[in-house]
Amino acid sequence: MDNLNPTQDSLVSVHNLTFSRGERKIFDDISLEFERGKITAIMGPSGTGKTTLLKIIGGQLFPAQGSVTVNGRDVHHLKRDELYTLRKRMGMLFQSGALLTDMNVFDNVAYPVREHTHLPESMIRSLVLMKLEAVGLRGARNLMPNELSGGMARRVALARAIALDPMMIMYDEPFTGQDPISMGALVLLIKSLNTTLGLTSIIVSHDVYETAAIADYIYVLSEGKVVGQGTPEQIKHSSSEWVQQFMNGAADGPVHFHYPAKEYMDDLLHSEKSFQPLFSRQRPPSDRNAKRKRYS
Amino acid sequence: MEFFHYLGATTRASFTKLGRSSFFLISILAGISSVCVRPRLLLKQLHSVGVLSFLIITISGLFVGMVLGLQGFYLLSRFGAEETLGVMVATSLVRELGPVVAALLFAGRAGSALTAEIGLMKATEQLSGMEMMAIDPIKRIISPRFLAGFLSMPLLAALFSAVGIIGGQVVGTGLLGVDDGAYWSQMQANLDFRGDIINGVIKSIVFGFVTSWIALFEGYDAIPTAEGVSRATTRTVVNSAFSILGLDFILTALMFGDN
Amino acid sequence: MPHTHTHTQDTLVGLFVAAGIASLFFLGLQVSNLSSFSHSNTFEITARFSNSGGLKVKSAVSAAGVKIGSVKAITFDQKTYESIVKMDIDDQYKTLPDDSSASVYTAGLLGEQYVSLDGGGSSDYLKNGSKIEITNSAIILEKALGQFLFKSAEEKKAPAEEKKGKK
Repeated sequence: MDNLNPTQDSLVSVHNLTFSRGERKIFDDISLEFERGKITAIMGPSGTGKTTLLKIIGGQLFPAQGSVTVNGRDVHHLKRDELYTLRKRMGMLFQSGALLTDMNVFDNVAYPVREHTHLPESMIRSLVLMKLEAVGLRGARNLMPNELSGGMARRVALARAIALDPMMIMYDEPFTGQDPISMGALVLLIKSLNTTLGLTSIIVSHDVYETAAIADYIYVLSEGKVVGQGTPEQIKHSSSEWVQQFMNGAADGPVHFHYPAKEYMDDLLHSEKSFQPLFSRQRPPSDRNAKRKRYS
Repeated sequence: MEFFHYLGATTRASFTKLGRSSFFLISILAGISSVCVRPRLLLKQLHSVGVLSFLIITISGLFVGMVLGLQGFYLLSRFGAEETLGVMVATSLVRELGPVVAALLFAGRAGSALTAEIGLMKATEQLSGMEMMAIDPIKRIISPRFLAGFLSMPLLAALFSAVGIIGGQVVGTGLLGVDDGAYWSQMQANLDFRGDIINGVIKSIVFGFVTSWIALFEGYDAIPTAEGVSRATTRTVVNSAFSILGLDFILTALMFGDN
Repeated sequence: MPHTHTHTQDTLVGLFVAAGIASLFFLGLQVSNLSSFSHSNTFEITARFSNSGGLKVKSAVSAAGVKIGSVKAITFDQKTYESIVKMDIDDQYKTLPDDSSASVYTAGLLGEQYVSLDGGGSSDYLKNGSKIEITNSAIILEKALGQFLFKSAEEKKAPAEEKKGKK
């Protein structure tokens, strides 16, 4: 797929990406553009490899084919230390928060700063408190990660992700498993961080309404392909059945409710060869022969 | 045919695993230099790997020494050779039981904990998260733990042997009436510093190296689910025990073969 | 890392390392023979035995039951078919007479074999490179037993013949 709008200013571009896990193709020749300073969402049903995509962009996984450029640099052809330099400017918010469990909130946020800079402790303190203030958790600085709720952990992780003032943040399912209040807080937070810090945001999500509310551009993925893209408004009125099913949450449609299987009646009536009752002593003779053959 | 297919696949899988763990070891060793710059990381791990194994090692060493004292006395007194009890207790502890039992206990106490910790860090995306923060988890998480295990093991084994020798003395001379002077002098006359003590220390260094390597690799390689981590923990204990006992045979043959 | 509650941790790690190193010292000094002799302060003497038995390198050399040195090397002389035993004697024992005799004894019935030096009457002393002229070889248990059995068999035989003659 060619770029729809080649003049746009992309921070991240994915070109003709193919990635397989075992036999299964997770991505089949997809191309995506993520515009600078905008919130771009990648949506799709569970199991379409959205998290995998973020890991590929972050250089943790290598694609079979295609390339990923971040800020003009090909992620998968960088030397190790060049990749690490680039990663300092790429924040990522993991679904679980990925906070280090053996240090408190303050130290977690301070961790990347301490690792990558030689700032005096007093400056680190004000920096960390500023970041924690931005996510509204300055008061929680002495708590340990296991004392935080899921939403709070994610906000702390967000504070940590912005601690080094990155140019972009990748959000992995930021809204999953949140109660409505913390969901609302996160939506606002992502939006406001994007505008106040001038970040480029990539959101991977299947929470349709929250994502559509803040995204500037949406890609809908299914079975390794881009099945729809556009602004939230365009997506809502998309003519694609896939997109409609996904956005409206219909149980059946082009994406089937059932995992691929053979005909239901067939399955019920004919037992599979490999499935035999464990304790049946009298197998039909033909069956016994079949089994003997397998081992001979 | 299926059996051979299975055999082939398993063999191949284990070689692949060996290869992966070798690369992992290389990167651990490469990361050790950066631990030296941050001694606090090492100190923290010395605490959780070494200090927390201290008690189990000391108590086990004491009891093993006491049992050796009892059994040795019964056996030796048949030949009227009770005064060589010290030699028997010290030789078996310093050469074999000290390094081996301490390493087995270490694998059970510290090794399994390391695997579970690393496995859970992987499952909760902490390792991945560090990588995305441009922090190398091998350097910051794995290498300090490896170094701590590697350094703690000889100390723990020496502690085990020393406490065991004292335990044997308590039983032998205190309860069973072996002459205290004979206990120590026979020991000193018959144990060689280089041949016995140093070889025992070398053994424990090798065991510490292997156990830490196995524990960390199993954790790092674990399938990041609750079941995967629990399996990895079991594998750590089992594989460590096999490696320790197998290596002990090889090392013993190499070290004490000409005596 | 911040400096909260790491002080106790430091102390514990310190104690642990100290205990480990103390154990190593204990093993080195109290348990093994590291402290007993150092090779720099010894002189070497040689003795020839027709049979040195189960003597080994590092076996003890003693005088009047006190350990004064150790066996350094045992070699076989192809011309005289003797065993040449080199011994390191601690420097503080400088006044051993040079006509002392050396014997290979066994400590207890099943114990290790050692060299015993028994003083002579000479006013000259053993020094580095001295040779001991008078030696008693190891008693080989099998030989001794064989001789004993042979003797007792002969003694039994003799009275039996006497009895025969009487009848």
